[in-house]
Amino acid sequence: MDKSLNNENITRSSLKLERVIVSDKTSSIVKGAKRIRRSQQQIRTESIFKNTLVIISIFIIVVVFAILLTLFWQSIPAIKLTGISYLWGKVWDPVKDVFGVYPFILGTLLTSFLALIISIPFSFSVAIFLGEYFPKGTLSDLLKNTVELIAAVPSVIYGFWGLAVLVPIVRGFEAQIGVQTIGLGIFTSSVILAIMIIPYAASLGRSMIQMVPSNLKEAAYALGATRWEVIRSIIFPYTKSGLFAGVMLSLGRALGETMAVTMVIGNTSLIPKNIFSPGNTMASVIANEFTEADHPVYLSALIELGLVLFVVTVVINMIGKRFIKGFSNT
Amino acid sequence: MESTIIKSIGYNAYFGTNHVVKNVNMEIARNKAIAVMGPSGCGKTTFLRGINRMHELIPDATANGQILLDGEDVLEMHPIFVRLKIGMVFQRPNPFPNLSIYDNVIAGYLLNGIKLPKAEKDIIVEKSLTKVALWNEVKDSLVKKGSFLSGGQQQRLCIARAVAMEPEVLLFDEPTSALDPISTSTVEELFHELKRNYTLIIVTHNMQQAARVSDLTAFFYMGELVEYDDTKVMFTNPKDSRTQNYITGRFS
Amino acid sequence: MSTLIKYRIGKSFAFKGLIILLSVACVVPLLFILVYIIQAGITKINWHFLTNLPKPVGEAGGGVLNALLGSVIIITVASLIAIPFGIFCGIYLSENKNTKLAYWCRLCVDVLQGVPSIVIGLIAYLWFVKPVGSFSALSGSIALAIMMLPIIIRSTEETLLLLPNSLREAAFALGMPFHRVILKVIVPCGISGILSGVMLSVARITGETAPLLFTAFGNNFLEFNITKPMQSLPLLIFNYATSPYNEWHDLAWGASCILLIWVLLLNIFTKLITRKWKVQL
Repeated sequence: MDKSLNNENITRSSLKLERVIVSDKTSSIVKGAKRIRRSQQQIRTESIFKNTLVIISIFIIVVVFAILLTLFWQSIPAIKLTGISYLWGKVWDPVKDVFGVYPFILGTLLTSFLALIISIPFSFSVAIFLGEYFPKGTLSDLLKNTVELIAAVPSVIYGFWGLAVLVPIVRGFEAQIGVQTIGLGIFTSSVILAIMIIPYAASLGRSMIQMVPSNLKEAAYALGATRWEVIRSIIFPYTKSGLFAGVMLSLGRALGETMAVTMVIGNTSLIPKNIFSPGNTMASVIANEFTEADHPVYLSALIELGLVLFVVTVVINMIGKRFIKGFSNT
Repeated sequence: MESTIIKSIGYNAYFGTNHVVKNVNMEIARNKAIAVMGPSGCGKTTFLRGINRMHELIPDATANGQILLDGEDVLEMHPIFVRLKIGMVFQRPNPFPNLSIYDNVIAGYLLNGIKLPKAEKDIIVEKSLTKVALWNEVKDSLVKKGSFLSGGQQQRLCIARAVAMEPEVLLFDEPTSALDPISTSTVEELFHELKRNYTLIIVTHNMQQAARVSDLTAFFYMGELVEYDDTKVMFTNPKDSRTQNYITGRFS
Repeated sequence: MSTLIKYRIGKSFAFKGLIILLSVACVVPLLFILVYIIQAGITKINWHFLTNLPKPVGEAGGGVLNALLGSVIIITVASLIAIPFGIFCGIYLSENKNTKLAYWCRLCVDVLQGVPSIVIGLIAYLWFVKPVGSFSALSGSIALAIMMLPIIIRSTEETLLLLPNSLREAAFALGMPFHRVILKVIVPCGISGILSGVMLSVARITGETAPLLFTAFGNNFLEFNITKPMQSLPLLIFNYATSPYNEWHDLAWGASCILLIWVLLLNIFTKLITRKWKVQL
């Protein structure tokens, strides 16, 4: 470095006229030397930083695999005891070490699908309302914000509201149609779940509907199609997979939802007789019984339930995500 | 007295398996303005980005051969050193939107964590902005964000940003293609000023521009350096038929 | 012919009416729910409520100080864990779009996003409570941090991917090392998106109860030690709401109202930040 600096001075100093430039250059070279020393430090930090990013990303993967492995590992005692019959055993009696989760799987499926059936007409309506009829304006802002608000309410609060308000209403309804009047049960849980999942399907559906290219719609309008016909023959086919993804993601959420359901489902390990019976879902059993599990196999059986829940929700979610991806790729 | 500052020896650049710059041998003299032209996709921008190692920022991009900067091979150096010595100005003006005009000029110091006293920073900012003929236009609004300037001013700000680092070479990647004609002529005038202190390598698809601003012109075609000569010679008496076709407009 | 057209127009109108009807029928009752919760809770909230511990059954009064502080502590610790990990992972994903690691990492983030909160609670119990032998606020924080991660990672990644490549090139061309390009240019330019992701994740975990059931567990007294069981607002609501005592229900309504206001404020703040800190590109 020093040598080149000298050389510079010698060659340049022969040209007196350029003295100003010489001093300029020299200072820049000295500065450059300083800069280079700093830069060596920077290069070290750079590689540390790059490695940190990689390590953290690997760490995320490790966490997810560790979750799966832990669940599996801890389920082994229960798997050894009950084997595959765990899934369709109809009796759950921890005192006698009998673990059959059929009632909970049935409870989970009943609540989730009932919730879907209740929510779909509403969430699709809101999606079409916001996506097609009123994409802008005060009315749509109001609706959009309300839907967002509903999504933000914690589930434990929904559960509390359900206990305080919905349960008495359902009880009255049950008295009228002449079934057992408990109020708590599958139906009540489904209504609360429906309320909780409406925003998901609605906001996803809205964004999908807004992505329909306007030239497609215009082409149909130009042929004399009515609004309804455009929605039916252009928007629905175009957004089909997106709407389906919305339904899947809501289903995933309904399956895994714990608190609100735990509070209003009635918590019984018996197989529900009808949709008004009390029951239990996989998530609510874990929430209710986990801290009471007094021996290892019982604990392990609950963890195995967690594993089943994990696998089911992840599969449902992945299907939903696949469909969204497929949609945005087209 | 002409000294060579950049010498490319058998330089090749690839995108994956796609060979985009083929065996380029080229010598660039200090304090000259070199125009690099050719039809789009001819590898001229890739070659330019290879000189300061920007090429390899693209995934799957590789290069081999030698590019000597003052006798030192930039492909062997750490890219940071290369880029400190070889500044670059891009096709679209890209001032940092989160920084003020003042901070944009000294961004190279600021963001590299080099602490300078306020007085020195002021000098650098004024000197750099004066060099790009922007000082008088912005001296009263130095605290404003760079993105408030017009396109031409933004581009000159970007040149000032590169100049502030006092590099030896400045690379320009179609610097005026996103600018209006008036801004273009301002930037072109700048080239004549900048040539005194720096070596300029300007990629352009505009032949008139190449003829106006450069001392030497290189013509790239299909990844090859077809011809490299004095600009006047090149435009009046090209040796290669491909060059001739290009400057007479026979390529699309 | 014209009757057919009239029929079609009529059908179109009918459908529009149906959609509007269903939307209103869906949203109005939901608004009533919110109003009901606020009404039931707002009257319970006063200074006494915020600064006192819950009273034993049978005594009137009492407050939720322990739960309020517990929630703040648990969420703060969770954020401290999740934010750096989430942002760094998001940066990796946006900078390395096509590597194998990025593919697997993205897949795992997707998986993590779908894991039910109760399962996360189970995991935190198995990892941090069972080996140590005691419930702790820290294990609850870690459970919540795991839930925050996918939201932060995804929002960071998506924000940074939207930034123009010219910004990175400008920074690299000035001889900046990678970490400075990221930390001084890319992150500051995407700060509004990253922050809104962080705020959303905080809003999301604020009301989470299930992961805390077997980790933070709950505590009727004031506790500042994160290695001890700690109360939190959602836990308090769950425990008191499912109890048979009216005094405790009142506390739970008050706590619900605080929690709701907290979450809503976070959502509003998120919107403000997104607007205010947006870097004009």
